Amino acid sequence: MTETQVETLVTPDMEEKKGVWGNERTSYPISESDIRKWAIAVYWGETPPKIFWDEEYAKTTKWGGIVAPEDFNPFAWAVPLVQPKPAGAVPGRVPQKGENILNGGQADTYGVRMRPGDVITTRTRLSHWEERTGRNGLTLYSYTETQWTNQKGEVVKTRISTGIRY
Amino acid sequence: MANNVYFEDVEIGQEIPAFERKTDTMHWNRYAAINEEFVYVHMDDDAGRAAGQGQAFGMGNLRWAYVLNALRGWIGDEAEVRELSMQFRAINHKNDVLTTQGIVTEKTQENGENLVHLDINVVNQKGDKTAPGHAVVVLPSRG
Repeated sequence: MTETQVETLVTPDMEEKKGVWGNERTSYPISESDIRKWAIAVYWGETPPKIFWDEEYAKTTKWGGIVAPEDFNPFAWAVPLVQPKPAGAVPGRVPQKGENILNGGQADTYGVRMRPGDVITTRTRLSHWEERTGRNGLTLYSYTETQWTNQKGEVVKTRISTGIRY
Repeated sequence: MANNVYFEDVEIGQEIPAFERKTDTMHWNRYAAINEEFVYVHMDDDAGRAAGQGQAFGMGNLRWAYVLNALRGWIGDEAEVRELSMQFRAINHKNDVLTTQGIVTEKTQENGENLVHLDINVVNQKGDKTAPGHAVVVLPSRG
């Protein structure tokens, strides 16, 4: 990586968007098939728990039917296609300072479970950020809040995620 | 499976059963497919090297999923995960053996709910603690 002399990785766009709710999106209805595939992937190596794919079993639980894993993402595979955000290094090109991106972590609080047929709405806002110099040089940590609600207005999840750019 | 564990039976310092996986592209590609997470650094060694990480590496969110799997496996289908937080501090390289850790730190009762607090981590085969965090689960009571 070429280390150029960069004083800050904070952009004018970040200053403008700080604290402002935006990027609101609504998912397609969640399907049983989406939930089953998610469970298979995250449990790969063993059969996932029946609560995620066996309606007859799931009816016997307090949920009364199949529910989605807490980390299920109903926003994957949306159309129309949107240009993906810059997502770090790509083959055959040296990333410029600040173009490398890592997922620094997240903090979730879970509300009601997601179920087949649910339609989830999300919105996000940039909360705050800080810059530090670490093993990858100047590094920007930005904190983004996300809220998910279902079609009844019930809170499904709130998240504070940490994005790392270096 | 109804209830796996009751609030009264949980002890501070107790370690919950681990969820363990030796991870490679079989796991990462499946996760990429469901989460539509097609990022070059997770698929292409050249991109992983260019990012200063030596080779392609796994998604933090997959470690997140493994911790949720461990929590669910412990509490059973009727109980609930209420909170989870983790910091992804180290990279998940190909063929790393990832083992979740969960240690009970506190038991509280709030708003009629029985809450168990845990320290969380995901440890690799070298003993590196890659993803420290915290979780809260809601458990049923025998009462």
